[in-house]
Amino acid sequence: MNELTEFRQQVRQWLEQNCPVSMRGAAALDEIYRGGSRETFSSDEAKLWFERMLDKGWTAPGWPKQYGGAGLSDPQVKVLKQEMKRLGCRAPLEAGQGLAMLGPALLEFGTEQQKLEHLPRIARGEVRWCQGYSEPGAGSDLANVQCRAKDMGDHFLINGTKIWTSNADVADWIFCLVRTDPDAGKQEGISFLLVDMAQPGVSVKPIELISGDSDFCQVFLDDVRAEKHNLIGEINQGWTVGKRLLQHERTLMSEIGDLSMGAASDLPECARLYIGLENGKLAESQLRMRVAQSEMNSQVLQLAQRKAFEEAKSGRVNPAATSFFKYYATEQQSVRYELMLALMGERALGWEHKRMDVSSFEDQELSVTRNWAFSKALTIAGGSSEIQLNVIAKRVLGLPDRTEGANKS
Amino acid sequence: MTMVLTEAQNLLKDTARDFIQSKAPVAALRQLREYYKDLPEGSCNAAAIELGYSQELWEQMSELGWAGIVIPEAYGGLEFGYQGLGVVLEECGRTLAASPLFATVALGAGCIQEIGSDEQKQTLLPKVAEGRTTLALALEEHPRHTPTRIATCAEATDDGYTLKGFKTFVLDGHCADQLVVVARTSGGIEESEGISLFLVDANAPGVRRSRTAMLDSRNVARIVFDNVRLKSEALIGMEGQGYPALETVLDRARILLAAEMLGGVQECFERTIEYLKEREQFGTKIGSFQALQHRAAKMLTEVELSQAAVMAALSALDENSSNARLLASLVKARLNDTFELITNEAVQMHGGMGVTDELDIGLFLKRARVTMQILGDSSYHRDRYASLSGY
Repeated sequence: MNELTEFRQQVRQWLEQNCPVSMRGAAALDEIYRGGSRETFSSDEAKLWFERMLDKGWTAPGWPKQYGGAGLSDPQVKVLKQEMKRLGCRAPLEAGQGLAMLGPALLEFGTEQQKLEHLPRIARGEVRWCQGYSEPGAGSDLANVQCRAKDMGDHFLINGTKIWTSNADVADWIFCLVRTDPDAGKQEGISFLLVDMAQPGVSVKPIELISGDSDFCQVFLDDVRAEKHNLIGEINQGWTVGKRLLQHERTLMSEIGDLSMGAASDLPECARLYIGLENGKLAESQLRMRVAQSEMNSQVLQLAQRKAFEEAKSGRVNPAATSFFKYYATEQQSVRYELMLALMGERALGWEHKRMDVSSFEDQELSVTRNWAFSKALTIAGGSSEIQLNVIAKRVLGLPDRTEGANKS
Repeated sequence: MTMVLTEAQNLLKDTARDFIQSKAPVAALRQLREYYKDLPEGSCNAAAIELGYSQELWEQMSELGWAGIVIPEAYGGLEFGYQGLGVVLEECGRTLAASPLFATVALGAGCIQEIGSDEQKQTLLPKVAEGRTTLALALEEHPRHTPTRIATCAEATDDGYTLKGFKTFVLDGHCADQLVVVARTSGGIEESEGISLFLVDANAPGVRRSRTAMLDSRNVARIVFDNVRLKSEALIGMEGQGYPALETVLDRARILLAAEMLGGVQECFERTIEYLKEREQFGTKIGSFQALQHRAAKMLTEVELSQAAVMAALSALDENSSNARLLASLVKARLNDTFELITNEAVQMHGGMGVTDELDIGLFLKRARVTMQILGDSSYHRDRYASLSGY
């Protein structure tokens, strides 16, 4: 028997024995444990499940053991994911900013001491991280960072503000792009700093979105301190670290489609329910074609992700992959929600209300409405679709920049 | 499912590319196209123009083993798999190379391989693998792909059948040695039940073939079967039970055609990106305009997705996966849409040059429109995908 097959059998057996039944099947988003000092478990079994997985090193299975992982190879991690999916196991710890973004960046750019200090605390769910990239004047134009970090000898003193910071109100630490050299070129004078949020001068204000959610916040940093040993990479070279981390973010964003939104994310099922079948076909032929097209797009995206994974495994990384996946996956996600609204008609137009009765709507119907509104953020956050297209055009296709002094068209 | 080529498949791809680029460049299609203009006296290409492809090229392709790539070793083939045939067709698609490879191997021999008797296989497949026999599938009777709507009928006689009917859009129909004919032996006009396959000598009395000049300069014919007498041995498979096998063959052919289309897609896309980097207007390269950059980036996304779809579908064929049917509709619809998009964008981005006959882009545009109709357009396959998925 080949080693991977053997590993798969062990994983399958272990999961079947150790994953509590209540931790199988789709979870509401707030039922997933996200770690950090402010987080509590949604149930005793969620806690048990997390602890069992942590014990195996499987909250961060691909990380080396000394950093709190299990030291699994990429194919083994894939097998673990597949087996968890097969059994419907929930993630024991949310793949958030710490686990999915900062972690991989630290593994690549951090010093031994930095890795030992921060990675195990992420894997153990002790510290929840948030990402301080965008600023009011630096959204899509990310390198236009104004937040200033002054070298004070033994530490940096930070002044500025960060915006669109997901979950900053519940995070413990923030990783930031800060300007350390105001005189250098736009991308040159930027550094990558880790900042403890539990200190005076840090304040957080949630931003309410059209979906009614307020996952995003604005973070104000007034005379905030960051120790010198929390500088990742070289001083003024933070853009390199920051850019690499963005690739992890794009991967994370393109996997958002996998997050279960309950049965409503199953388009054909939703269509059968709200439109109905006639002679085995959806009764509305135009909507039927839109459902088919959307399903085909999703399937082809999965095939492309699988191809990219296999190519990477055989040592050929597709340079286009992260950008076009982020672009295509989030655009498709948006299309799917528009289609769901079309399929459900009035049933997808209800809105939660504090004083009025909304009991005529199912909870699932109300969540489709909110998720539809939130899907508008997917094609903007993490580098808007237009930014992804710029990246593909310039870095992948090598199309030229506009030459200075060219005649105005 | 394997989504990366093996070393042997990569080697075949490289060989195919070198061979096709030198022996069958786009210029070769331009020569074949002279059929539609006045043929110069004593032209050395007369035979090729008449045939619709170069016999010499086909012989060389066969010597390389391409005609037998998917034919079992027991019948003289290489048994190298569909991914192998796929990479060859992809390279053919890059230069619009005309040859009997698709109609003979994917369609005609595909039917024999699937449900032919052992005697039919023994007689025919080794000759196909050697490139000595060419085949065509006479299926369509309507302007759009409708494989179950068969009116051509085969009436039982004392010692066989009499074939009556009319077929259109028969690829390589005017030049193939033998025809696999889809005919009705029972059942109503729309029913899949009652459909049978027959092997018919292309020169049998009562078979009247006429080549039809097509947009892409490739081989298509209309064929009338005027009381053609067939021996009972002409039947392929069981009488009235031909459709399930035919559908399997059509699915394989759809996937293989998608591989050829992918070649055309990539070639057009690459030529267009090169042009954006060279062409200057307003004192700068036009590739620096964001209006074009974003469209180019969207094209790249579609090309990448199409590559993955073709790879997955070919792999499903090699693994004999039950998923192949759904993937066939997925990939054919995808490549129809991508080929349409890329050729339209290629013409538009080449500007005035894009609509000249001098530039090859127009030839890809024309080929795209023909391939989009072969074995089902996108609405056919979206509908089929939905039905197969239970909605």
